Amino acid sequence: MTSIGTGYDLSASTYSPDGRIFQVEYANKAVENSGTAIGLRVKDGVVLAVEKLVHSKLLIPEANRRIQAIDKHVAMATAGLLADGRQLANRARDESASYRDNFRAPAPLKYLADRLGSYMQVYTLYSSVRPFGISTIVGGIDENGPSLYVIEPSGVFYGYYGAAVGKGRQLAKTELEKLNLSELTTRQAAMEAARIIHLVHDKAEKHFELEMSWIGDETNGLHLPVPKDLFAEADAKARAALEEDLE
Amino acid sequence: MDHFPTNWGRPRNDAFDAYGTYPIAQRPYNGLKDAFAEGVQHTQQPIVTGTSVLAIKYKDGVMMAADNLASYGSLARFKDVQRLHPVGTNTVVGAGGDMSDFQYIQSLLDGLMIEEFTEQDGHSLGPAEIHEYLSQVMYGRRSQINPLWNALLVGGFKEGKRFLAYVDLLGTTYSASTLATGYGAYIAQPLLRKAVEGNEDKLTEEEAMQILEANLKVLYYRDARSLNKFQIAKITAAGVSITESKSMDTTWSFAEGIRGYGSQTQ
Amino acid sequence: MPDMVSIGQPQQRQFNPYSENGGTILAIAGANFSVIAGDTRQSEGYNIQTRYAPKVFRLTDKAVLAVNGFAADGSMFVKKVKQRLEWYRHAHAKDMPLRAIARLIQTMLYSRRFFPYYVYNILGGIEEDGSGAVYSFDPVGSYERESCRAAGAAQSLVQPFLDNQIYFKNQRPPPGTSNPTHLPLHEVLSLVIDSFTSATERHIEVGDGLEIFVVLAKGSTTQGLENFANVQEMTQTREGERMFNIRRNLKRD
Repeated sequence: MTSIGTGYDLSASTYSPDGRIFQVEYANKAVENSGTAIGLRVKDGVVLAVEKLVHSKLLIPEANRRIQAIDKHVAMATAGLLADGRQLANRARDESASYRDNFRAPAPLKYLADRLGSYMQVYTLYSSVRPFGISTIVGGIDENGPSLYVIEPSGVFYGYYGAAVGKGRQLAKTELEKLNLSELTTRQAAMEAARIIHLVHDKAEKHFELEMSWIGDETNGLHLPVPKDLFAEADAKARAALEEDLE
Repeated sequence: MDHFPTNWGRPRNDAFDAYGTYPIAQRPYNGLKDAFAEGVQHTQQPIVTGTSVLAIKYKDGVMMAADNLASYGSLARFKDVQRLHPVGTNTVVGAGGDMSDFQYIQSLLDGLMIEEFTEQDGHSLGPAEIHEYLSQVMYGRRSQINPLWNALLVGGFKEGKRFLAYVDLLGTTYSASTLATGYGAYIAQPLLRKAVEGNEDKLTEEEAMQILEANLKVLYYRDARSLNKFQIAKITAAGVSITESKSMDTTWSFAEGIRGYGSQTQ
Repeated sequence: MPDMVSIGQPQQRQFNPYSENGGTILAIAGANFSVIAGDTRQSEGYNIQTRYAPKVFRLTDKAVLAVNGFAADGSMFVKKVKQRLEWYRHAHAKDMPLRAIARLIQTMLYSRRFFPYYVYNILGGIEEDGSGAVYSFDPVGSYERESCRAAGAAQSLVQPFLDNQIYFKNQRPPPGTSNPTHLPLHEVLSLVIDSFTSATERHIEVGDGLEIFVVLAKGSTTQGLENFANVQEMTQTREGERMFNIRRNLKRD
């Protein structure tokens, strides 16, 4: 961070002499401080999972959700500033509803990712605003089957088979790479997702809550939380696997 | 100054005022026309229409019936139209009247249900809420003198309670254990009341189905804008189910024996 | 001169935003009580839409509103009045007094002077001085306080009967006596019930059910109300006024 204090990091509307926009890079830092979020695009659907760090025992369980439904067939998981995530989700809902109004069909995932990318990019252009402090995993099912995108604070978006953002993304990516994602079912993917979230969680850190949802053939194409029994099973197995590793 | 000589010196309009001196004469207007003089166009009449919707309460919930016809005036224009629309898992909306307005209402409801779904807060809109929403939309539009030209029935079952209510293009609402829109209000409603009133908790699914089919048949014989192809929706604790379109047999041989009107002379 | 074109003639539009849904309402004020009643039939033309659609509504523990005319306007109007009363409660931590509700209804009706709520309102209840009161309104807000009023489909049948029985019109008191200024509750209730059974006989838009609200002033006894069948107390606050609801059947033909 040699550039701090040089004056080029105060505004998103000014490049540094070597062509960087520091405000966008700082936004990425905000993402790195956040609990991990992962997404798995598999044979018959998409699974999203989040390591939600709970900063106070006084919070009601399941409060401040980081996986949000956008439409019947779309959901997103965010890492970074919670409020920015909500703002983007609201925008995504408007986009999705407006697509339905215009075309009488559910919005394709790529279209939504593109619209959200453009929306976020605008916040990298002006000195009067700050870029979004979130990386977002958008997952869902459209006419082309399951798809998964990640949108970064700069506004770029890429499609993935497996995606990880937030604090534990490096380790999570390594784990995701070991999986044969295109052969997994959503049911198996839910197990893996729970395991990865438990694995990447830093024990020295605060307490965390696992949040998990899916979209696929199992849910009739609807975005729904992973059912209680499957969630409990995945959670228990993930804990057991961790214990095993420690021994 | 009127520059059209043919208008000059024409007599005053005696039909209007035989002794009037002012204005001296009424002449055709040849000035600029205001394209918006007639204002914004609103729906003044339905175009492609559906006829009656019938619904009754029975032991396990609510059952609703409508045929598959959308008429263009007296022309049987579309014969595979679905006039029963599920909303969520507890409600069915059935529509008579203008079918394009109904399609618009369907998209409103679908949008509303998605909004509620994305909240993911464990709450869902039931039939009572859907009916209240539709009432406000219909009354709001009638108050702008731009009505959605429909008569709607809302039937549902939620938390152990049956729900059945009506709302129309005026925003008029009411609830009863038997309801019928359009022609059905005249022909089917008395028959439905006779069959259902006081028996709401006794009627079985089979009996309810039989009552509705009998009434659809009566309507098919008497309502020239009806069709013998129809669907029946039931809403119970198990949720919504709407049958595939089915046809019923009808007999017209008796028509040969009718004398006294039509083309026969004796 | 058929080709004489006149300018700016209004165009006749087809859609009529109003309807008339039948039924009758009625209210009578006593010395320390008020009775507000309405039948429950809702109709359009010769069709009975439903046999139970309430036209009489509890506003507060001392105010009851009966609405009659175009049912859609009626429900919307009641909804808006109730909303205004709730706002008043939030602002002032008490219920709005009856005469203030009456004035509120006037302003609300008149605000729609050029697209009126096609509704005849009768407001009944207890004034702040403890007297029973009835206010009646026309659709655009003209109103006055009276001791009795009938409105709706059978107004022309019921009002003359009330004039005779309540105001003793065309009646001469027996020599040496005078007509009472207020009738006791049980007599008023009998008059109400008779009014509706008679209206049901002679008017096709009246019938099915009768819903009567009784409001008693602070400190009043139940005045024989306990002898009636199907009486239900609806009092919600501890202000002192009490409210009761009586339901009866009327002929359904």
